[in-house]
Amino acid sequence: MPAVRDAAIAFRRAPLLSALSITTIAFSLFAVGLFGLVVLNIRAALQKVEERVEIRAFVTEKTTVEQMALASEEITKYPEVQRVDIVTQDQALERARRELGEFRDVFEAGVLPASIDVHLQPGSRDPATVRRVADRLRGFDFIDDVRFGEEWLTQLYRLRNIAAVAGIALGLAFAIVAVIIIGATIRMAVLARSREIAIMRLVGATDGYVRRPFLLEGFVKGVLGGLLALLLTWLALEGISQYLSFQTVFFDRALAIVGIAGGALLGLVGSAVSVGRHLRRV
Amino acid sequence: MIRFTKVSKLYPRSGLALRDVSFHVAKGEFAFLTGASGAGKSTVLKLIFMEERPTAGEVQVGGFSSYEIRRKEIAQLRRRLGIVFQDFRLLEDRTAEANVAFALEVTGTPRGSIAAKVHRVLAQVGLASKGGAYPRELSGGEQQRVAIARALVNDPVLLVADEPTGNLDERATRGVFQLLREINANGTAVLMATHNLELIRHSDYRTIEMDHGQIVFDSAEAARTAIERMAE
Repeated sequence: MPAVRDAAIAFRRAPLLSALSITTIAFSLFAVGLFGLVVLNIRAALQKVEERVEIRAFVTEKTTVEQMALASEEITKYPEVQRVDIVTQDQALERARRELGEFRDVFEAGVLPASIDVHLQPGSRDPATVRRVADRLRGFDFIDDVRFGEEWLTQLYRLRNIAAVAGIALGLAFAIVAVIIIGATIRMAVLARSREIAIMRLVGATDGYVRRPFLLEGFVKGVLGGLLALLLTWLALEGISQYLSFQTVFFDRALAIVGIAGGALLGLVGSAVSVGRHLRRV
Repeated sequence: MIRFTKVSKLYPRSGLALRDVSFHVAKGEFAFLTGASGAGKSTVLKLIFMEERPTAGEVQVGGFSSYEIRRKEIAQLRRRLGIVFQDFRLLEDRTAEANVAFALEVTGTPRGSIAAKVHRVLAQVGLASKGGAYPRELSGGEQQRVAIARALVNDPVLLVADEPTGNLDERATRGVFQLLREINANGTAVLMATHNLELIRHSDYRTIEMDHGQIVFDSAEAARTAIERMAE
């Protein structure tokens, strides 16, 4: 395969330029990767908060445990529901004292009402679904009040939507900048070999023949740049993690492969565009 | 082999380079293309190997027409031509052998037959012993011989040379010109752009002279006119 050999020769002949291309690709992808990690960790953190979404249905004072058990059995059948806990008055007091340690003496037995605590399935924790389930719970005649932190939940979802939109917009901007930088780097490699390309065409090389080694070179540089970016991102996360109080998450295998494939694609497309533009001019 | 029919070429920035140029070079012919700098010689050559397309008129080379040729076919055309320049256009980081082999590799010649072809053509230009040398280790005349070897290795039907002796001393010029004559004697048509009047004067090849983008003298036409006049 002359294309493989030519690409290898290009690497060997201009090691500095090749290293520069790979480093540029790596740092462009590193910026995208770091941003991706921030988004990933924000999402993970929001998901943890989301897991705490629950509906607390307070029952009237005269409600028996049997009534609550029957109701909970029925509520468990709702498709949106993951788990239902029955909390008696004593348990409610116990929980309040546990959660509000220094004010534990404020509460006395019988002050807090018993409740049915409903935990929802992942994907059913958005404000609209929560409101719908809460309305159904209000249908039981022994339910006195239903609370689910409506305002807090709406804020959480607004934050999540903002994070998603900002994530897509900034991610796209970073990716575009990466494409431009990578394109310019590969253009340098093409220009460095413009004399060779001109001679190739004069002796009768087809555009495909001229293009192939550059595409291969771009692909390999993209893969190497992607791997380097992945390593840099991992090192950065390792470095930052020790100063953070929460458990951070790194890309899983599938995302890492997507990142490297993205690098390869950037290298390939960058090369194709640069060589194509050059060939159209000569 | 080459036919220009009322060819004009207008460059958007520098203006009209050729105006209504018509001439014909036959198979196996040797012709000089001469004229002052800027007369249009290089434009004629670029039109021949289709680096440029005419603004008006038609250029026909080796069965290809500028009217119809597609980008892909230009590569096919150039495989049938040998092109030589004043500045040699060799790859500095490859040996003489590799520079010649390059022309075979890009045209998809089977690897097994490349070495023998390269050796044969380097011997033909008198550089059999210098195949391993890099361009910087060769004299100007030798570098031009490598460039000619590269142009010859695909057995072209036409050799187009743009001032091939422009950078050479007198002795090297004579050597390169002699080589081009031998190539022509073997059946390859040669069109050589030059403003070396000494070379033209001491040979009896056809001369086409250009000035301001037009042909002002063609020795073949002059001979034909003289014969016609004598016949009258």
